[in-house]
Amino acid sequence: MIPAAFQYSKAGSVREAVAQLREAGPEAKVIAGGQSLIPLLRLRLSQPSHLVDVNGVRELDYVHPEGDHLRVGAMTRHSTLARSELVQRHLPLLAEMAAQVGDPQIRARGTLGGVFAHADAAGDYPTLAVMLDATIVTDRRRVAARDFFQHLFTTALAEDELVCEVVFPMAPGPHRYIKFRRRLYDWAIVGAAVQKMDSGWRVGLTHVGPTAVRAAAVESRLQAGASFTEAASAAADGLEPPSDVRASADYRRHLAQVLTRRALEQAA
Amino acid sequence: MAVTQLIGARVQRREDPRLITGHGRFMEDHTLPGLTHLAVVRSPHPHALILGIDTAAARALPGVLAVFTAADFHKVLSGSMPVTPSFAPEKKYVPERFPIADREVCFQGEPVAVVVANDRYLAADAADLVHVTYEPLPAVVDPEGAMNPGSPLVHTDGPDNIGWDMTYAGGDIDAAFSRAEVVVKERIIQQRLAPSAMETRGVMASYSPYSEDLTLWLSSQNPHFIRLFVSGAMGIPESRVRVVSPDVGGGFGSKISPYPEDYLVPAASKLLGRPVRWIETRTESVMTTIHGRGQVFTAEAAALRDGTLLGLRLTQVLDLGAYHGTFGAFQACACLMAGGVYRWEAISARTVGVLTNKVPTDPYRGAGRPEGTHLCERMVDRVADELGMDPAELRRKNFAREFPFVNNFGLTYDSGNYDGTLDRAMELSDYQGWRQRQASARDEGRLIGIGLSTWVEICGLGPSAATAGATGGIALVESAQIRFLPSGSVAAYVGTHAHGQGHDTTFSQLVAETLGVPLEAVDLRHGDTAEGPAFGYGTYGSRSLSVGGMALYTASQEILAKARKLAAHLLEASPDDLEFTAGAFTVRGNPQAKKTIQEVALASYGGNLPAGMEQGLEAVSHFDPPNFVWPFGAHVCVAEVDRETGAVEILSYTGVDDCGNVINPMIVEGQVQGGIAQSIAQALFEEVVYDGESGQLVTGTMLDYLVPTMNELPTPQLDRTVTPSPTNALGVKGIGEAGTIAASAAVINAVCDALRPLGIHHVDMPASPDRLWRLMQEAGR
Repeated sequence: MIPAAFQYSKAGSVREAVAQLREAGPEAKVIAGGQSLIPLLRLRLSQPSHLVDVNGVRELDYVHPEGDHLRVGAMTRHSTLARSELVQRHLPLLAEMAAQVGDPQIRARGTLGGVFAHADAAGDYPTLAVMLDATIVTDRRRVAARDFFQHLFTTALAEDELVCEVVFPMAPGPHRYIKFRRRLYDWAIVGAAVQKMDSGWRVGLTHVGPTAVRAAAVESRLQAGASFTEAASAAADGLEPPSDVRASADYRRHLAQVLTRRALEQAA
Repeated sequence: MAVTQLIGARVQRREDPRLITGHGRFMEDHTLPGLTHLAVVRSPHPHALILGIDTAAARALPGVLAVFTAADFHKVLSGSMPVTPSFAPEKKYVPERFPIADREVCFQGEPVAVVVANDRYLAADAADLVHVTYEPLPAVVDPEGAMNPGSPLVHTDGPDNIGWDMTYAGGDIDAAFSRAEVVVKERIIQQRLAPSAMETRGVMASYSPYSEDLTLWLSSQNPHFIRLFVSGAMGIPESRVRVVSPDVGGGFGSKISPYPEDYLVPAASKLLGRPVRWIETRTESVMTTIHGRGQVFTAEAAALRDGTLLGLRLTQVLDLGAYHGTFGAFQACACLMAGGVYRWEAISARTVGVLTNKVPTDPYRGAGRPEGTHLCERMVDRVADELGMDPAELRRKNFAREFPFVNNFGLTYDSGNYDGTLDRAMELSDYQGWRQRQASARDEGRLIGIGLSTWVEICGLGPSAATAGATGGIALVESAQIRFLPSGSVAAYVGTHAHGQGHDTTFSQLVAETLGVPLEAVDLRHGDTAEGPAFGYGTYGSRSLSVGGMALYTASQEILAKARKLAAHLLEASPDDLEFTAGAFTVRGNPQAKKTIQEVALASYGGNLPAGMEQGLEAVSHFDPPNFVWPFGAHVCVAEVDRETGAVEILSYTGVDDCGNVINPMIVEGQVQGGIAQSIAQALFEEVVYDGESGQLVTGTMLDYLVPTMNELPTPQLDRTVTPSPTNALGVKGIGEAGTIAASAAVINAVCDALRPLGIHHVDMPASPDRLWRLMQEAGR
């Protein structure tokens, strides 16, 4: 519960942050809201040599509608997303997810970009990004969400690369995110997200594997005219969820089906 | 406020303005000039031999003052940590326990070395640099497996793993079972729980080599006992050890017994010649603060077809952990209380204390009584289930109704009215209405259940006749001292010590009303062994009011007796002609002739005293209760199980309790509500999990050890009946543990009632969604 020693510097811009990361070397880490990183530091599970604090990078705190996409800056806090009229109008599912992240203190501090860079299997936004084919914009390139999340806590980011923005397609239609958890402020044991698009339903699952999952089998069954119940029964197809002290893999597979059906019913 | 209204008044807690504005003084708020910081190097293995400890790298870190191991501590500490007889006086094997491992570590987290440094961060860094070479040994994790003759040993030099094995026989059990028309059997698990006080443990010590005295600050429910134990281990006269327990941020029983750090920190101060402080991290707290519960029961209950209960036969396998907790055997009282509020012909209860390679278990809020109640209330429901009787009806058929009631083990319940609390709870909860709603919900395929818990507890520890033997010498009576100062202000000292109970308020109400002074005139002091009577007995076992409050009351009576003599002298009347009302002595028939007690107090320091009377107005009193006290009540839980996910929602929770007369109803309600929360936490959420193979703690953080928050808990409907205790002048009983004792059975009975249509008759705790889902899957096959 006492972090190991580390160096610390503050960045005021993307350029400064990247330069500081480069200078500090491969053991450096970015700290944004710190809501996942600080507990890891305190448990000494993470012992970076240097923290680059990007909380002063104001240029990354924004929500911009552009054409049929919504561009969200990496330093936008969960509480901002939950309250944003633009998000509520153009991608209300993101606002719904943001409102369910952690507790009020965590939402006031945690950032969208932090969730993407941290890539926890139980993170909520990665599910939305993967199911909607969002694009992650870094200081140097654009990466499709499905390529960005590689494994548990592992992304396509280089050591000195900074998440700057996530570009979501706008989706104002019926939607729902159900986060099954024991305590209101917990991570999801399993989460199921559904979004009606012009082209049909998109379905995503949280915490049923090392990364977020797009439930393609459910989507195609719905496309073929299956009932919600029939379609949702395919939600566990191909999943290899973790077994842990919260839930067995079997139970997670079962929840994936139940929650997917409920989300569809509640969204429609 | 008129003084006559104080007892029974909802006085706002006096301590709260200070505490809730962040001005409490907890362990980490205490510091000293030249303070150093200690970190503990702990075993990562549940069981291993220590082959070597290399401290060179840690010592070389700038700012590190010392690294001490067992070899160093043997120079300043001696003896084994204390183990009391409690409810298992016939122990078979008590492993020696030095506060720091020497040759062999027997649980994950056991201290191996300590580092002292100039700051806390350096100490933690240096602790990482202490290199210990271990030879891992097989870990004994499962207490039932540990009983087998072929089991690996928890201590390599032990004879086996059996701490005790004894049977309490209450009546002719074979005769009772021979008349049985129905017998139900069940295996009931009481999972290990982590007490999780908001303030973790902490110890600060300052040993002076010049005056050869020690001051020890620690977060404790029990400062005088800690003084006794530490002074003995360090060889310092008890009178030269001062223990201060400041504001204590919760304990729930986990701050009663002494811990290794309570010895290691003062010993390090003596070795180093500097003040030393250690603050437990949350990770250390989950791993090394005692755990509660940790018991496996097998039970069978015999009854007649008409619902008459006959006999209860049970075995308690108590997971001791690697060493006996100082009061670990207290939890065997589950056996003595397993009969609950009912008349049984006979009860036979075997208790087996079994060592395992885990942190020791010790009393945790309720300590044996929640386990006994849970067992009894589950078995009674199982009988009702088997007979197709309404569980309320079966309970009524068997309630004890004549008091004092002597239970199967000779314990005498002082007073009770079990029909009264059940009637009120059924009315308040709309029990019959819920039965109707349950029936229509079942028709819709919904799983709604209604659970009862009619409970009784033994508390108010305790009569010297019973407790002196249980501790191995010191009777758990209570002491108090009350002093009038010349100005009329009152200093009241008591040997109990609050860790959230609001004693400052309750006791001040009691003293102010008894002495007839304003509440503001009373200063309640506790937690510092340098003040008050020679010995205090601490706070646990719902004893503070019925024993400590009575000591304050009897001290007040002694003061009033002396004040009456002095007032009579001042008023030139006979003491017998004085009346004492509203804080003043008046001469009967002459209300003009009057002396307030504060005027008498001032006079007591003057020269005009009756012949032979000494100056001053103060008294020390000890109260030795003639019996324990026996609060009781009836709780009703209505719960719905989600058939698809196994999630449990509590739809309604009602508690009607009886703790006799009440000093402050608001504080009583707070205690009950908190206790219910803690017991629902056991029923549905919390469980310490160790890996069955490796013995590693799995639930090591608050992410995995699920302490519920207000969001997950219902707001209970509460009410009380009042059946005064005949064993003390105030007619009071205890209430600190009541909710915890009552609720788990009500919740699990409701869950089992909900699942009955599926043919499920028993559910273990925590009734988590995945556990219930699996049970429903199996039942559906």
